[in-house]
Amino acid sequence: MKGLKTVATVTFDNATRLYPGTEKPAVDKLNIEIADGEFLVLVGPSGCGKSTSLRMLAGLEDVNSGRILIGDRDVTDVPPKDRDIAMVFQNYALYPHMSVADNMGFALKIAGVSKEERAARVKDAAKLLDLEAYLDRKPKALSGGQRQRVAMGRAIVRNPQVFLMDEPLSNLDAKLRVQTRTQIASLTRRLGVTTVYVTHDQVEALTMGDRVAVLKDGLLQQVGTPRELYDTPQNVFVAGFIGSPAMNLLELPEVDAGVKFGGAIYPVPRDVLATAAGNTVTLGVRPEDLDLVGQGEGLQVNVDVVEELGADAYVYGHASLNNVEQNMVVRVDGRRPPMKGDTLYVVPKVGHVHLFDAASGLRLEA
Amino acid sequence: MTDLPGAQWTDEPTDFAQRGRLPRPAGSPASVLGSLNITAASTDPGLLDLPWHLKLEDWPTKNLAALPRGISRHVVRFAHLGGTVIAIKETSEHVARHEYHMLRKLARLDVPGVEPVAVITGRTTAEGAPLDPVLVTRHLKFSLPYRALFSQKLRRDTLTRLIDAQALLLVRLHLIGFYWGDVSLSNTLFRRDAGAFAAYLVDAETGELYPDLSTGQREYDLEIARVNIAGELMDLLEGGLIEEKVDPVATSELIMASYRTLWAELTEKESFELGQRWRVEARIRRLNDLGFDVEEYAIKTTPDGSTIQIQPKVVDAGHHQRRMLRLTGIDAQENQARRLLNDMDAFRADTNPDLDEDISAHMWVSSIFEPIVRSIPRELSGKLEPAEVVHEVLEHRWYMSEQRDRATPLAEALQSYIDTILRHRRDEAAIILTTDTATMKLLDAGDRPAVEGPLGD
Repeated sequence: MKGLKTVATVTFDNATRLYPGTEKPAVDKLNIEIADGEFLVLVGPSGCGKSTSLRMLAGLEDVNSGRILIGDRDVTDVPPKDRDIAMVFQNYALYPHMSVADNMGFALKIAGVSKEERAARVKDAAKLLDLEAYLDRKPKALSGGQRQRVAMGRAIVRNPQVFLMDEPLSNLDAKLRVQTRTQIASLTRRLGVTTVYVTHDQVEALTMGDRVAVLKDGLLQQVGTPRELYDTPQNVFVAGFIGSPAMNLLELPEVDAGVKFGGAIYPVPRDVLATAAGNTVTLGVRPEDLDLVGQGEGLQVNVDVVEELGADAYVYGHASLNNVEQNMVVRVDGRRPPMKGDTLYVVPKVGHVHLFDAASGLRLEA
Repeated sequence: MTDLPGAQWTDEPTDFAQRGRLPRPAGSPASVLGSLNITAASTDPGLLDLPWHLKLEDWPTKNLAALPRGISRHVVRFAHLGGTVIAIKETSEHVARHEYHMLRKLARLDVPGVEPVAVITGRTTAEGAPLDPVLVTRHLKFSLPYRALFSQKLRRDTLTRLIDAQALLLVRLHLIGFYWGDVSLSNTLFRRDAGAFAAYLVDAETGELYPDLSTGQREYDLEIARVNIAGELMDLLEGGLIEEKVDPVATSELIMASYRTLWAELTEKESFELGQRWRVEARIRRLNDLGFDVEEYAIKTTPDGSTIQIQPKVVDAGHHQRRMLRLTGIDAQENQARRLLNDMDAFRADTNPDLDEDISAHMWVSSIFEPIVRSIPRELSGKLEPAEVVHEVLEHRWYMSEQRDRATPLAEALQSYIDTILRHRRDEAAIILTTDTATMKLLDAGDRPAVEGPLGD
């Protein structure tokens, strides 16, 4: 889009938010570098600090220590409206007496942008949003999806350096949500505008983000591409949070040549085990990375529920480790699924296992 | 959720409590009907008689108080419940629950807003197909959407008073730590208040409560207000519903000044020399005049004791309202209370200046307030709130007296007011709008065309 492109990296530099009267920061020394044009998703469970981080970038939260930069500009103490960001807000009201074009461009009029410039920017945005044919109509004539796009258009015509989105899809029904998710992802990439997007939904995070930052308790756990997070989670939290169904995480005893996995030994080089504190490790294995073996050979899993998905089936069951029941999920061939009450024996596929220090939860590197 | 970090105050803005996050635990349902699940503080049994197994769009007219007009993202309907009118909005469960709990919190904090009634989930059609959850709120009697405030065209001074009321509401919300996120005239209802307006929050969908708001949050809310108000006025201009000489942008900027002046008066530090101690008293009186009580203020002196610094710490809106309630038991709006208290003081000075204030107040109620309220003909009782009528009668009496250059007896002024003014007003008891504030067909009046409201929430 004409005139839109500006280089806008976003840098969180040890950014910390401490609420008055609390001892534990809501966001603790956050360091993330977001590249120009990148789509970064902040994800984590409730209370993890993802929305607080976004609001710090927006200027809605004070930064108690550290800095926030947009491009080379330190915006830590700049008021929100002077940061050249746009909070994309799905709750926009549309005005019934105004045309679609005026609905998209009225904020520019308030900002004193000339009529010609306004018309040009609205036209460009409408082209991107497939709304050109509707510019002279009243919003009443639009479908629900088109109205959502007018809301996007209002943010786009402002030519912001950065888009900020805080769970923008949460008010939509499931169908419109998936549709709008795809539109946002492709639109921001076509525009090339740096985007920071907050969600609690890891599936949304993985499908939308160029990179994903996982937060917990105000601390950044890991930032990486969806593939990196899935393949090499840096700690037990990320391992359990990313992926659906979740990774099986089992605390297992170390033995001479590896880790005892029920009746089997999963081989682990001695030098790797040596880096772990204590005599147990946490072994993570995804449901699709478990193989069925003969009776007594691996870990015994008692089947509680079978979810059939056609080609595959997910078996939800439990194993007993040290007399503690541990939930397990196993992906099996959908053509021959076990029945509720059956007993399975499983072992991990070699090379598809994640090992973590049982005490610190950190990944053990081979 | 068990792993909320640092949950050291009840209203900490955890992601959990915010718009779009997971729903709060439903708790035990107050009432279960089939699979219907109602969360409510007190369940009106009448609620169960409504046709929850039908999509709101398909509700039969016999259940509806009025048919909404205009376009809205959510489907909204109005129904009678007991003696009141309720608004029902179909939305997602987490939005409904968030807004319900937020409105309840705001009510506990004494912020003027609509009253949440219930969240109803688990609705299904007779065939078992799932239906969207709904949020039920009670319609605020005698409240007016801004679009209903111009019978022909919105006058400029009316507009200024609306914006002042909106600024006051925003200041009150910010003082308690509420970030609105969608400030607009559309998301506000107005009640007449002795020549001014009192503003009520209607839509808390985007709101969040914090221990304190940062300057950034307040400024951003103000920016949203400015842009939305300008947009709303541009829309009115486009629709020919407002005087053409009104400048939407300049008018929208009024809220910035109005808000900032009020905020500064309520929160700013003021320094003066030791000898000017009267300024402490003056500051508090100014705040009282603005309608606020100072519950707590900080006074500091410089080490050499030459300068005093004063800063209000806790202020509480409703100064005149509370005095009115304490003296008379009458629950009025702030300006109404101010106006009536003035009359009460004049009454005391005229009749018996030495009389105890409480006793004099009782006499005023029985010889002025009650006779006026009692003499309003039944068929005119839906026109205005009683306290507003009393204010208008007193005003009318003053004008009559000025015209004739002699005191007008109350009974005469009252009769003249009823015949020449009240009878010709429209009913304002139940002018309805959706929670997304599109103006709806007037209830029971029927003689006024409905106006379309803006889309959205």
